[in-house]
Amino acid sequence: MTDHQSDIDSVSGRSTTGHEWDGIKELNTPLPRWWVITFYLTIVWAIGYWIVYPAWPLISSNTRGVLGYSSRADVAVELANLDKIRGDKMVALGAASLADIEKDPALLALARAKGKTVFGDNCAPCHGSGAAGAKGYPNLNDDDWLWGGTLDQIMQTIQFGARSGHAKAHEGQMLAFGKDGVLKPDEIVTVANYVRSLSGLPTRNGYDAAKGEKIFAENCVACHGEGGKGNQEMGAPNLTDKIWLYGSDEATLIETISQGRAGVMPAWEGRLDPATIKAMAVYVHSLGGGK
Amino acid sequence: MNKTVNPSELTSEDDYGPLYAARKKVYPQSVSGTFRRIKWGLMAFCLGVYYFLPFVRWNRGLGAPDQAVLIDLPNSRFYFFFIELWPQEVYYFTGLLIVAAVALFLMNSVGGRIWCGYLCPQTVWTDVFYAVERLIEGDRRERMKKDKSSDPMKLERISEIVLKHSIWLLIAWWTGGAWVLYFNDAPTLVKQLVTFQAPMIAYIWIGILTATTYVLAGHMREQVCNYMCPWPRIQAALTDEWALNVTYRYDRGEKRTSVKKAAELRALGQSVGDCVDCYQCVAVCPTGIDIRDGAQMECIQCGLCIDACDTVMTKIGRPTRLIGYDNDINIHRRQEGKAPIYKIVRARTVAYAVIIGVIGSFMIYTLATRSLLDVNVLHDRNPVAVKLSDGSIRNAYTVRLLNKSGYDRVIAIDANGPVNATLHVVGADSVTPDRPMIVIPRDSTSELRLLVTAPAESNPEKSIPVRFHVTDIGLGEAASATDNFVAP
Repeated sequence: MTDHQSDIDSVSGRSTTGHEWDGIKELNTPLPRWWVITFYLTIVWAIGYWIVYPAWPLISSNTRGVLGYSSRADVAVELANLDKIRGDKMVALGAASLADIEKDPALLALARAKGKTVFGDNCAPCHGSGAAGAKGYPNLNDDDWLWGGTLDQIMQTIQFGARSGHAKAHEGQMLAFGKDGVLKPDEIVTVANYVRSLSGLPTRNGYDAAKGEKIFAENCVACHGEGGKGNQEMGAPNLTDKIWLYGSDEATLIETISQGRAGVMPAWEGRLDPATIKAMAVYVHSLGGGK
Repeated sequence: MNKTVNPSELTSEDDYGPLYAARKKVYPQSVSGTFRRIKWGLMAFCLGVYYFLPFVRWNRGLGAPDQAVLIDLPNSRFYFFFIELWPQEVYYFTGLLIVAAVALFLMNSVGGRIWCGYLCPQTVWTDVFYAVERLIEGDRRERMKKDKSSDPMKLERISEIVLKHSIWLLIAWWTGGAWVLYFNDAPTLVKQLVTFQAPMIAYIWIGILTATTYVLAGHMREQVCNYMCPWPRIQAALTDEWALNVTYRYDRGEKRTSVKKAAELRALGQSVGDCVDCYQCVAVCPTGIDIRDGAQMECIQCGLCIDACDTVMTKIGRPTRLIGYDNDINIHRRQEGKAPIYKIVRARTVAYAVIIGVIGSFMIYTLATRSLLDVNVLHDRNPVAVKLSDGSIRNAYTVRLLNKSGYDRVIAIDANGPVNATLHVVGADSVTPDRPMIVIPRDSTSELRLLVTAPAESNPEKSIPVRFHVTDIGLGEAASATDNFVAP
């Protein structure tokens, strides 16, 4: 401004800002007064904001504002509201029978949504995020069930678990026939091949089928049943189908028969509330394998 | 062009220019004539539509809203007479906005700022507010006198001011009230509003729109056009030399001469301009400009100066339309003694009309032929395939069925993919094996979990396409979607 030379535009007779672009000078057009006042008001408004809301950073915290507003408190309120809404719906879920939940599209949707979330938090570490299972951990999408695949059976398994230590847990295990000296190594190889033959898998050359059948009848039928169809009362798998929890190759079978198997499913009663367990049962059942 | 002045020689503050300028209040005078009548008519039409449309009923059958125009935000539906739009059809609004923008361009290239002068809400409401002001405080001169008067206010003047603002606020309040009626069933909401049982958000919106209407139409007026609105700047870039703008025909008007002197000069056989410098065009202007200065940004081209000038011209016995819709080309042609030409049909206007026509008909075509039944399919990602105990392969899909019609449908689902595959919908006891049937209520969507199982014998390849057909078994309407069937 010290060097200011006021230009007067000869056409309009008004002063210019002195700024020139290619011979064109900018007229000094004043702002409307209301505009300027509004501008100052926004500044005042901003100062009000500093006072009312959290604003200035301090060394280890920040100014809180006289309203004591915090976005975290907002989230807490919204979460509480959400819990309340969900609470009402979960009451309805808890009151309905498992079969009725599957029949009612709204309850089914709620159970599936709730079940999926809880499954992700609690079950996915063993059964996988999509319940596809892993070696030793059953795939819950298929139709092969160790302890039964009806809604009630699934719910029971979730509630009390298998070999979980809970009083009502599923009990029964695959004995260690080799380790405990019940069968000799060559007998184990023979019976392993016999088991493979039950589901149509190829067997080792020179394997004695009659001997295998005899060993199977003496040692395995008690749990796995006549013909190896399995027994869900004891969690003994069906040995004639295409699904193998640990694997169907000879080496794995020999390991299974020698060392035994006793996978653990924890009991969820007490850890999850009854309505949530119901939702879980419906969710697992709806994955597609439910009976 | 510019003379440089040394600061020390400056005497008045004006030479530097003030930092901010006080507003020059505009006192438009009442006027009557063709364009004023058009404006009254359009104002009545626009406000009539805006205030009363929410009360128009339209029967859509039981259970559906019967309001002709309704933006149902909680249920994500938009109703416009026989049209119902879902959120995923929002592109119709995009199309509508494009058509509206090009229509604005077309208006501009034909007749200048027709939008600004006649149809813009800012103009319409400001016009209403001016009418109220005029009715209560009198015409231009009276209002100027009352505002300038330094006498202490008498009761009469105070009651005038109070009355004016009360009526303004009433109109503004009604404007805000009508707005919220588009978002809920109007008769119900009106009842709730008067009994103070309407949702808080309704009162908040009424408050906001009352405030904006009152401030923008009552107080800001032409300042909105001059300082806030981008359209005056944009239209300057859109216009061309053939566009008909409100123009002072200076070829006819200059030199400006008083009535008496003009008569004397005409008697002597001399030619004089028709403009008698009566300033009527300035007096009626709602933005307070002088149209005789030529085209300018502040001019909203409402045509009121044409009416004012026509009245004067008729009175002094000269031809009307000294100010009229015209352009510089014709002014120059007349100066050269040639007949004016009006080119409404030219490349620019034709192009705009074609764009409007093409987009408009495309929208109407797609709207008329859109399917009221739709299906989306999403393959399960984890696990992609499941082997069952008998060796068969199963894939799971999330199927979303959309029934956009006003009646419930019974839908049959078929899949065209792996040989001899069976279908099952979780939670549905299928009456017809392998062809699940589902009921979808009117105007809703259903999300289903669909299991497709291919028997072990069919031995499906790693991945084969599968096409899902959904058929309304009552009406035969169908839709389909494609995904893949995957084997482990």
